[in-house]
Amino acid sequence: MTLSSDAATVLPRFSVGERWTHRVLGILMGVLLVTAALLYVPDLGGLVGNRQIVRVIHEVAGFALPIALLVALFSRAFRDDASRLNRFRPADWQWLRSRDRRSGRIRVGKFNAGQKLNAAFTLGAVIVMLFTGTMMFFSSRFPDALRTGATFVHDWLALAVLVVVCGHIYMAFNDATARLGMRTGSVPVSWAEREHAAWADELTGTASDVAAQNGSAPTTTDAGQAGGDEPRWVGDA
Amino acid sequence: MTTEPEERGTPVGRRIVLGMVGLGAVGVLAGRWLSQGVSDVVASTAPALGAVIPAAGGFRIYTVTSGYPSFDAKTYRLAVTGLVAKEMSLSLTELAALPQTSMTKDFQCVTGWRVADVPWSGVLLSDLLDAAGVEAGATAVRFTSFDGEYTESLTMEQARQPGVLVATSMFGKPIEDKHGAPVRLLVAPMYGYKSIKWLSGIEATNKVIPGYWEDRGYDVDAWVGKSNGRSDDPVV
Repeated sequence: MTLSSDAATVLPRFSVGERWTHRVLGILMGVLLVTAALLYVPDLGGLVGNRQIVRVIHEVAGFALPIALLVALFSRAFRDDASRLNRFRPADWQWLRSRDRRSGRIRVGKFNAGQKLNAAFTLGAVIVMLFTGTMMFFSSRFPDALRTGATFVHDWLALAVLVVVCGHIYMAFNDATARLGMRTGSVPVSWAEREHAAWADELTGTASDVAAQNGSAPTTTDAGQAGGDEPRWVGDA
Repeated sequence: MTTEPEERGTPVGRRIVLGMVGLGAVGVLAGRWLSQGVSDVVASTAPALGAVIPAAGGFRIYTVTSGYPSFDAKTYRLAVTGLVAKEMSLSLTELAALPQTSMTKDFQCVTGWRVADVPWSGVLLSDLLDAAGVEAGATAVRFTSFDGEYTESLTMEQARQPGVLVATSMFGKPIEDKHGAPVRLLVAPMYGYKSIKWLSGIEATNKVIPGYWEDRGYDVDAWVGKSNGRSDDPVV
């Protein structure tokens, strides 16, 4: 997909499928965190009671979230973005190390290193929460030590997930354009050039000399036809 | 199709995911020791944390109804009924006038958590049963809660164990709402579901009537470490 830089004022960032995936995952994560708090914090649980019902809601949402993730893999755009999130380029390491990472000086791709870390942590957490949660769900089939271990991991990782999700929401809260991108699917070129310069270059067809200086190979919009080394979605997500 | 620059980077995301899965597996295998260690550290450094974060060694609060049932200290009565010589309806003041017993016991839940060294005081159930005068045919005791749902039961022999207390105080203070105020049962040698909260009725009966969780599959004889398929250390 090539957009002429002088014609386009907005760039397509997320497909319809990706936006719905994000909404569904966000709602399920919210339900999980709220029900977890009710199950977990004595004084909150006491306000609502009905522990059996809260527990069933938590279990249903807990199994639904990974299923929604698997369904999302049918989306080509989702697989492509998962692949981008997986890969760290030299610019990402530089971005992480720099003090002025918000200045736009370091020309990162569609996702910055913070977003990549968030995605990797969240996927890892979903997998670990799924297997420990499943052990708690079928607790009678496991010996005590493993049940205690699964509960231990599930409890502490839940706190870490809470912190990371709050961080994710905080970052979005501070960037109305990023939220616009997730709401409408498109972002202004100016925002993309400031926050994700290498990605803006990809889409607008600007040859990225700067990206080359940053240690990445130059990007051209027809590189794929020229023979990319692997399909984008292989082995990721 | 375009080839993105990201493709040529290193798959750090995948390594993080695999690393977390590995750590998660280690945590599951070693969690029994790790969680004990964390509880010990929290208990010795920041005991208040345990009250907020159950994973740090505190109680997890379970109710089977919505919220905590409320009571009025002036009108609260503990009924002792059934196969007894003298049925009683005890106010909190009358309960406090009976011989008081204190004990410090671990509290073990059937779901795996255990709170070490909880100080309790109140009236031994055996003292209360003696005060009411149990009749010959009474072989079991049934307990009811003023939450309107929860019930429990013990055999008469179990009910007379020294670790069975009609508790009115916990951690040196009146029992908090979430722990079953104003009066709860403590059956220290058994899993926590035996220790009925918000206690309002004690009835001597001629047979064991399974309680709330026992109707839902838990063992009626709930000795810690010897029931419900678990092997926890007994509470002594």
